[in-house]
Amino acid sequence: MSAETIEKAIVKKPAEAFLSKRRKKLVTDPLVDENPITIQVLGICSALAVTTQLKPTLVMAISVIFVVAMSNFVISLMRNTIPARVRIIVQLAVVATLVTLVSEVLKAFAYDMYKELSVFVGLIITNCIVMGRLEAFALGNKPYDSVLDGLGSALGYSWIILTVAFFRELWGSGSVFGLPVFDTISGIFGPDFKLATNGLMVSPVGAFIILGLIIWVQRTKTGYVEH
Amino acid sequence: MQQSNAYIITFSVILTVVLGLLLSGTAQVLGPRQQEAIALDKKKQILGAVISGEEISAMSPQEVNQYYESHIGATVVDINGKEVTEKDGVAVSAENVDVAKNYKLPAEDRLYPVFIYHEEGDDSKVKSYILPLYGAGLWDAIWGYLALDTDMNTVGGITMAHAGETPGLGARITTPEVQSRYSGKEIFNESGELVGVEMQKGEGKDYSSEPHKIDGMSGATITGTGVNNMVKSYLSHYKAYIESKKSSQAVAAL
Repeated sequence: MSAETIEKAIVKKPAEAFLSKRRKKLVTDPLVDENPITIQVLGICSALAVTTQLKPTLVMAISVIFVVAMSNFVISLMRNTIPARVRIIVQLAVVATLVTLVSEVLKAFAYDMYKELSVFVGLIITNCIVMGRLEAFALGNKPYDSVLDGLGSALGYSWIILTVAFFRELWGSGSVFGLPVFDTISGIFGPDFKLATNGLMVSPVGAFIILGLIIWVQRTKTGYVEH
Repeated sequence: MQQSNAYIITFSVILTVVLGLLLSGTAQVLGPRQQEAIALDKKKQILGAVISGEEISAMSPQEVNQYYESHIGATVVDINGKEVTEKDGVAVSAENVDVAKNYKLPAEDRLYPVFIYHEEGDDSKVKSYILPLYGAGLWDAIWGYLALDTDMNTVGGITMAHAGETPGLGARITTPEVQSRYSGKEIFNESGELVGVEMQKGEGKDYSSEPHKIDGMSGATITGTGVNNMVKSYLSHYKAYIESKKSSQAVAAL
């Protein structure tokens, strides 16, 4: 399969609105209906690993948004020059470079975060969402549309991992963004009123459970069925 | 459109050069800041053996540096516990000794830094001795700092870090939960032999009455074994130094 077969026929208009309906759909579709995590079930590995606390999850989400949007942009710019036979390795080289950039910047400006996220920033390279969007979209569409598509997918990934992290940190550590919520509540109701944290939420199993619940709620609402 | 081999090769070469330049440029620009961050992190780890992690994370980078300057002294010893001031004609300082590099040398050729935690601004009032540790976990290197109280027997605290242990399992050696288990344990047994502190297999047992054993990490037995080997081997390398401090205190007590 060459890059050309993927190319979708987009109706050429003289000047499409900056945020036309079609372009809005590029961003909003992956948030719910085409969500990479809950519908396509991609990128689960990091979703389980980094979501014990909100802070590292937020850093991870920002990193993924940057990498997906930028790699979509770069690959889309080069889409007509990339030799079809080596396109996967070209994509990998671009993604790996972007990921290394992110990791170097974190190392310089947020060393603690860099240590905490450790391998998972590097593993963005293998996150199926990134390569998936490059193959399915950026290779056949214009740069601006590709950036929007990348943003959409990455935001779809981000809100899910942030939701998972919110519940895991709340139930697992009794805090939100490091603020001790459970202790504060206990403080208001007196020392006899103690909210217990659940150790299961700190382990990756907790993420599975929360993720399962989110997928359940979402599919009940949207009526999505796997074919 | 089928591109020629020459096109593909040219394209690949250009891409490689461009990306390579971009990355090496970034590394050059960010390098000094990264070195600073690493140096600060090392100080935090050393301090982590004697003061709590929360206190450290509440400090700004400047405060950490300041606290470190006013509370930590350092010396370098060899395997016989003798102070080393220069090696091969080059002056050595504890901060510059790379424990990881020394780990590759035979134990008797290594340099052993000791960080001495003392009262603010007064290095004669020693509170504890902090010994660097280095070893192998399940996947990659593990290292840490063990603080010994002035009796040279009671463990004041430990910090540990790792390069690639499994998150949630072996990586738990970095958590206060696991590290606090070492506090108050003893490294010498009643007959005066160096036995160290051993992490046990399994988790959830109470070892509070046993001075040389601590609770293990469930699902991370190999990391635990690595930690045990690391603690034991480095304590034995520092044994001469520990003994010398011990006997000098015994004299002072008389």
